[in-house]
Amino acid sequence: MSRSPLPYNPKVLELFRNPKNLGKMEDATVVAVAGNPACGDMITFYLKIDEKDIVQKASFESYGCAANIATSSIVTEMIKGLPLEQIWKEITWKRVTDEIGGLPSVKFHCGILAVGALKRAIRKYFENKGASPDWIPKESTFEEKQAIEEEELAKTLSKRMKVEAEK
Amino acid sequence: MVENVKELLKLHEGLKREVYLDNENSSATPKEVVDAMLPYFSQKSYGNPTLTHKPGWEAFETIMECSQQVAKYVGAKILEEINFTPGETEANNLALMGAAFANKIRGKKVVISEIEPINVLNVTEMMQKYGYVTTKVPVDSEGFINLEKLKEAVDKETVLVSISSVNNEVGTVQPLKEAVDIVKANNPYCIFHTDASDAYGRIPFNVTDLKVDMATVSSYKILGPRGAGALFVKEGLAVDKILEGQIGTQKLWPGVENTPLIVGFAKASELVFQDFDANVSRMRILRDKLYEGIFSEISDLKFNGPRGFDRSPDNLNISFMRCEGEALTIELSLKGVYVSSGSACSRRLLQPSHVLVAIGRRFSEAHGSILMKTLRTHIEEDITYVLEVLPSAVNRIRGIVGSTGVD
Repeated sequence: MSRSPLPYNPKVLELFRNPKNLGKMEDATVVAVAGNPACGDMITFYLKIDEKDIVQKASFESYGCAANIATSSIVTEMIKGLPLEQIWKEITWKRVTDEIGGLPSVKFHCGILAVGALKRAIRKYFENKGASPDWIPKESTFEEKQAIEEEELAKTLSKRMKVEAEK
Repeated sequence: MVENVKELLKLHEGLKREVYLDNENSSATPKEVVDAMLPYFSQKSYGNPTLTHKPGWEAFETIMECSQQVAKYVGAKILEEINFTPGETEANNLALMGAAFANKIRGKKVVISEIEPINVLNVTEMMQKYGYVTTKVPVDSEGFINLEKLKEAVDKETVLVSISSVNNEVGTVQPLKEAVDIVKANNPYCIFHTDASDAYGRIPFNVTDLKVDMATVSSYKILGPRGAGALFVKEGLAVDKILEGQIGTQKLWPGVENTPLIVGFAKASELVFQDFDANVSRMRILRDKLYEGIFSEISDLKFNGPRGFDRSPDNLNISFMRCEGEALTIELSLKGVYVSSGSACSRRLLQPSHVLVAIGRRFSEAHGSILMKTLRTHIEEDITYVLEVLPSAVNRIRGIVGSTGVD
């Protein structure tokens, strides 16, 4: 167990202080969640998508650190007005991280989780529609896998705790 | 990265008040302690205390007087029982490795509690390489050590037991005397060490009354400078040094003695102990005011650790549900209130504070935990200010969480 210094850059702090597109969206077309409270790292995305599969608006809620809040917020900014296919292909965790001016390495997973949640939302949207565009692979992407891994890890650790407690 | 921090600091400009409640992790040194230290950098006692000239003899005299003082405050019989080290981490490393290695003939079993400080946990883990086996005794939901399990854990091959007198995160005052008696009844040769860094200057603590063999105390935790600490080692107990080098007045810690820091440590001790009851009651009154204010203003909280006199008078640890701790520490920092969190967020492995987990807190509870420690130097207005900014800070972070953080 160790701690790392966290010299957040000004853009992360700005988005932490004044997050853009914050809050639940009542008329969202699709809602997706990644992470869970046990991870201490959880994101919900709300997307309003039109019939041409273009994101009209996006918002988020975040249970997490400043990096988690900032990456979620920047993702909602980056995808506004873009078609889902372009989002899927171009919004990588590296681009998200660059867009907020970089993250301390221990916080990379926040960017990955945000993109994981986004990809989950896109997948879910097409599932709901009963469509399967050829540009969505059947296998989970790196970011989606990472989100699942985080969730599984939290579950395992919580389970281990319960076992320990019952001893 | 340094540029980032400069920008971060700029965001803090124009704060109308600053209140430092993170005494767990470091502390500001009060002016009277700094003033006491200053002459020792360049005016006197700047020599090496083992050498035969005036500045050397001055340093020798100064260090012996400081040892005498610390010996008196911890209840040691002679000043030679006090070994200055560069801090709590070093003193705990010395205690565990030094005593276990020097007495390995007695056995290779080590017993600690589940909620020992990270440095104790890490040392015992490292000692596995040398064949030592560690048993961690569980604690209850308030952090009190399970004395039955302690009794089961200690046998004839147990070389060393290390249990903190007061837990650094949740403030639990351990029944140390009972623990020592249990250990010694099972194995009179077993060495008992206690990290007393959070007891020293907060609760009555006396190594002779408690019959412990070794005890760690830390300078910054009583508002002395960082870089100083001490390990009490009972006369006659064999302890190996763990670093090699020129040995001077400190038989267990090589290198040139840091006289100014040792002076600061002794001065800070004097300031706490010359008015012990008043200092302790001041910490307690301010801590209780903070506690009452927070619980009356903010809902959905969990109180971590014991209440009443079994809790250290300075310690307050609260979980703010639906509120991630790291985010809250930053929000509060921007308002001039400095605290720390048991959240996993600054750790790669998603594991929150091991102490909160050991007392049975769920992960989501630990992630929202905030640790605050009141100081004898705080004034009532400081606490009023914290209570002024805390509710809106919690509300803002909870607003970002929305419905997302609900378990």
